[in-house]
Amino acid sequence: MLEIRNLHANIGDKEILRGIDLSVQAGEIHAVMGPNGSGKSTLAQVLAGHPAYEVTQGTVLYDGRNLLEMDPEVRAQEGIFLAFQYPIEIPGVTNAYFLRSAYNEIRKAKGMPELDPLEFLDLMEEKTKIVEMDQAMMNRSVNTGFSGGEKKRNEILQMAVLEPRLAILDETDSGLDIDALKVVANGVNALRRPDNATIVVTHYQRLLNYIIPDRVHVLAHGRIVKSGGKELALELEERGYDWIPGAAA
Amino acid sequence: MSEAVDALTKVGMMVADAISSENSPRASIEAYRRDFDEADKSSSEPQWLRSMRRSAMDTFESGGFPSMKNEDWHFTNIAPVAEHKFQPAKKGAAVSSEALARIEYGQDWHTVVFVNGRLAAPSQGLPAGLTITSLASEIEGDTDLIKRHFSKLATPESGTFTALNAAFAIDGAVIRLAADTVVEKPIHLVFVSDAGAEQAATHPHNLVFAERHSQATIIESFVAVGADVYFTNAVTEVFVADGARLSHYKLQRESQNAFHVGTLQVHQARDSRYESFSFATGAELSRTNVYTTLAGDAAEAVLNGLYMVDGKQHVDHQTRIEHVAPNCPSHELYKGILDGRSHGVFNGKVYVHPEAQKTDGKQSNNNLLLSDQARVDTKPQLEIFADDVKCTHGATVGRLDETALFYMRSRGIGTSQARRLLTYAFAADVLEKLELEPLKEALEAQVLERFTS
Ligand SMILES: Nc1ncnc2c1ncn2[C@@H]1O[C@H](COP(=O)(O)OP(=O)(O)OP(=O)(O)O)[C@@H](O)[C@H]1O
Ligand SMILES: [Mg+2]
Repeated sequence: MLEIRNLHANIGDKEILRGIDLSVQAGEIHAVMGPNGSGKSTLAQVLAGHPAYEVTQGTVLYDGRNLLEMDPEVRAQEGIFLAFQYPIEIPGVTNAYFLRSAYNEIRKAKGMPELDPLEFLDLMEEKTKIVEMDQAMMNRSVNTGFSGGEKKRNEILQMAVLEPRLAILDETDSGLDIDALKVVANGVNALRRPDNATIVVTHYQRLLNYIIPDRVHVLAHGRIVKSGGKELALELEERGYDWIPGAAA
Repeated sequence: MSEAVDALTKVGMMVADAISSENSPRASIEAYRRDFDEADKSSSEPQWLRSMRRSAMDTFESGGFPSMKNEDWHFTNIAPVAEHKFQPAKKGAAVSSEALARIEYGQDWHTVVFVNGRLAAPSQGLPAGLTITSLASEIEGDTDLIKRHFSKLATPESGTFTALNAAFAIDGAVIRLAADTVVEKPIHLVFVSDAGAEQAATHPHNLVFAERHSQATIIESFVAVGADVYFTNAVTEVFVADGARLSHYKLQRESQNAFHVGTLQVHQARDSRYESFSFATGAELSRTNVYTTLAGDAAEAVLNGLYMVDGKQHVDHQTRIEHVAPNCPSHELYKGILDGRSHGVFNGKVYVHPEAQKTDGKQSNNNLLLSDQARVDTKPQLEIFADDVKCTHGATVGRLDETALFYMRSRGIGTSQARRLLTYAFAADVLEKLELEPLKEALEAQVLERFTS
């Protein structure tokens, strides 16, 4: 589904991704771990199409198509979703209006009819239950004044509504209490289907107790320096990163 | 040597140009003078008014148009108005009900229509306690009211355009709210310029008297139905008596090639509340003055506005809040959205007089630039001569938040739709302050519509 080969990316003059290779098949869950500043969020943002990053080398194929040529909105319409490490506040645009616009834009791109506000309300009722979010949050401005945990839940709500084929969760577990963590994990698991895939970026093995990964990768200095099964996460938890060749500071 | 001669000849030529040019401010002032004398000769108006108009005309003539050296006009070049010879407006046609419905956003309000500066359709079926007459009829009847109040708040001495208005104003609305009257439906004054106003100037002049503890909402709309290049020079004088509450909305939706200068001068007595909203999207060049004097204890002023321009439009707001009496709150929020090569100007003054203790003043102006060529000059000013006051002010000029744009795009919302939503969101909080729900919805729709495409 996703084929990343020798991906290099810069911000300004600074090279951050220095040759990433990663292959994700439909139905899989991949965990990406690694020290602070190693480039995990950069990888996530590059996949979502953030214009500030410049890809200098390499290719990314999504269902065999060149992902790097697509505008961010096209990527979203094609089923890519990034849960931001730091969700953005948009004062003045309600959560409901924002989500309905996103939902309908994606439907439109697929040639499906748009939902009117009432139909959308029904959908929201169902989806807010998945993330155990108060419906009242829908009438507040997007993420504005939300607590850290509420923002993360809101990302998962968006994912639940937009039903992506490839979801990338950038530290969605950070800053969550244990109940919220379960909610997020349940959300991810509930949306799991044989034809979609998930990449979870995390620092904590505990999330992986709830979302069982097929593969675990260690990203350091802009490269994937080690990959393994789910037991690799446990080992990292115990030993840190220094023992891995290429990961030491 | 030869260079100096050259320069001299050039200067000489420029002077000659200015004298012979059809389009100099001098020539247009002379034209106004001729029009004035003509009207004056055949005037049947009361003597007091004729002499008052003559002196206003003299004030206008001797003062001339303000230059950009004038502090109040520092960022607005009025030359396009000053150099244009506008005719007196011809009599207008009736406004079709379809056109009116559009102007009224489909609402059923107490509507008074003026076409090309003259009363065209008076309002029917007014509730008890509300009287609306026309300035022309008040002048004809030589009423005491008009004698005591015409151009007394917005005086000819206070500025070029109030002087010009006092000299030429022939019609407008005179609204009286009797004490304790609460008028539910908004009163809508519609100023239409039709083909008969092409290349013409109109000078509407309105007077509003809100007696003790009365309440009403007044809307003034300026629109074009068939006119393109014309000049509206409006004055509205508002008296808000003890405990009266007035909401006053001005919707400047003139043609994109028109010129508009509007002055709103308000006097507030104790415990009164005056809420103003200036919505400006029209005109190639517009200047709106909103001035209020908090003359009585605990009077409250709320001045808000939204301007939204594009292309080569120039939109200028000047507000002035005079805190004369103590314990008065004043709140002001103006927002501007500027696209194309447009230019926005905001100049907000708050004067706190020495006796105005416990003043609570808050003023802000925020601007959103949608293009690289658009620009804004903003100047909130506080002058405080009392010591026990709480006053804040601030101004911002910004662009659309790129991170928010990307966030929206990453959710499948295309760039233009994302920009539209963010622009709308920028305007949302000031529109939210509009207390008249159907108008709020109409303006929200208009903001959204403007940025579709
Ligand atoms: N706009 C920028 N300008 C300069 N450097 C940047 C910019 N954005 C990111 N970087 C740098 O790129 C590197 C990688 O950052 P990135 O956010 O991808 O790390 P990360 O692996 O997600 O870290 P964390 O675990 O702390 O979230 C860091 O050194 C960071 O400082
Ligand atoms: Mg990160």
